[in-house]
Amino acid sequence: MEKISDVTCLFCGVTCDDLEVFVEGDTIKEVKNACILGKATFMNHKADLATPRIRGQAASMEECIEAAAEILVRANFPLIYGLASTECNAQRKAVELADFIGASIDTTSSVCHSPSLQAIQAVGDSTCTLGEIKNRADLLVFWGCNPAEAHPRHFTRYSVTPKGFFVPKGKKDRHVILVDVRKTPSAKAADEFIQIRPGSDYEVLTVLRALLKGEEVEVEEVGGVPLPTLKALIEKLKGCKFGSIHWGMGLTMSRGKHMNVMALLLLARDLNQFTKFVASPMRGHGNVVGIATVLTWQTGYPFAVNLSRGFPQYNPGEFSSVDLLARREADAALIVAADAFANFPKAAGEHLSRIPTIAIDSKESLTTKMATVVIPTAQAGVSAPGLAYRMDHIPIPVKKVVDSPYPSDREVLERILEKVRSKLS
Amino acid sequence: MSRSKFILITGRTTRQGTTIHLGKESEEFVEETSTVEMNEEDMRRNNLQEGDQVILRSAYGSTKVTCKRSDIPQGLVFLAYGLPVSSIMGADTQSIGMPDSKGMEVEIEKYGEN
Repeated sequence: MEKISDVTCLFCGVTCDDLEVFVEGDTIKEVKNACILGKATFMNHKADLATPRIRGQAASMEECIEAAAEILVRANFPLIYGLASTECNAQRKAVELADFIGASIDTTSSVCHSPSLQAIQAVGDSTCTLGEIKNRADLLVFWGCNPAEAHPRHFTRYSVTPKGFFVPKGKKDRHVILVDVRKTPSAKAADEFIQIRPGSDYEVLTVLRALLKGEEVEVEEVGGVPLPTLKALIEKLKGCKFGSIHWGMGLTMSRGKHMNVMALLLLARDLNQFTKFVASPMRGHGNVVGIATVLTWQTGYPFAVNLSRGFPQYNPGEFSSVDLLARREADAALIVAADAFANFPKAAGEHLSRIPTIAIDSKESLTTKMATVVIPTAQAGVSAPGLAYRMDHIPIPVKKVVDSPYPSDREVLERILEKVRSKLS
Repeated sequence: MSRSKFILITGRTTRQGTTIHLGKESEEFVEETSTVEMNEEDMRRNNLQEGDQVILRSAYGSTKVTCKRSDIPQGLVFLAYGLPVSSIMGADTQSIGMPDSKGMEVEIEKYGEN
């Protein structure tokens, strides 16, 4: 059995890079250091693998690539979507393809942290790396997120329990506050849990800013939280040496969305008048930051980019996938390493099933089941190497641990691009 | 039984995150994403037992899910991300790209009662 060290997990945005994977031939036998989610990613790498097919019939890879290129060449308004669970070289190739065919290109951020991206564009962010949080943060707030179930090793590697340079006793040197609409399993790791009413995040955050500025607030409670609790909270935030707020989709998916995140970012910014304070989103997929980074360095924008006019146009609501599909504007779709059909609202998914759709994925999904063309690939981080960006924008090498009979996402996208080029030349 | 209104919170669970690797149509993943968590008092008031099938209905669609008791606050229900969630989600993003995925108002009725 071969041991491969320093393996990177692409399941969630913590993008852990210290896994030990034990392989025998093309099978993973054991995984050490991974959380339960990471372990499931590697140990089930052979489960439910996608197969090459066109309109439900088995086909060769070459036939699938030809059919995919034909769909894209014929389309007037193609959409390329997904890309958060693959590595950066494949992402670069997808942007190149989108540029060449004049597609709209969008990422899974569109339906997770796109409100965060828009809020950061609007008001900026005071932020830092997870390494700084590990070594400095003595107060942590987790707002509308549930790391215990979605990012299990965030607590143990970076934020709650690790011993750091300025917090040598680890958890004993830190105060952890969880704010959410329900008591999630993450509450067990917190010193304090503050339960707010659903949809009241903006109100609560705005009142906290008012209290920070010394304003009188003439109400007894906000969002179901008694005013004295909020006053005590703001004193704790002001009184720490290095505070860090982490937010999740409790803010981005709830009423207010980007406005909620703006309120949180402004609170973090204002707290810097009293102490050092940072804020950062709990990003979902292992390389979701990678696609935002690649898209930004290539086009200037992190998601919802349209290249049909020969230059990048950015407009969430107009070029974001759910809107494009629900308005029935896209007439073909290329979905890479994502399950759009399962995750989009019904109206968007229905349009996806009406138009020619190409699914590039290592695993079967509800998208591959309805796709016109399915092109299986080697799973990034398991059977394909590359690069990924952790949730704090740190680039991390991604290893291959076992072989796959299929090419990588990058190779497939490159071959589709070559075919498209030859058809259009 | 009359239809009762709740606020639907959606999200990840550990089981949803592990069984996703077995396949989106695997029994384990489908079970996890088709189980709605309810407060015990809400279940009692609505004459629901753990394991009962209920129809979850929003302004955009409906889905059949199984009831499970949890310590979620009264008035809220929780469903893990999956096809049942998407099938009742509206596509209006208020021009920012993100549909309303958490905090949706839903009605719940026991399956087969009407």
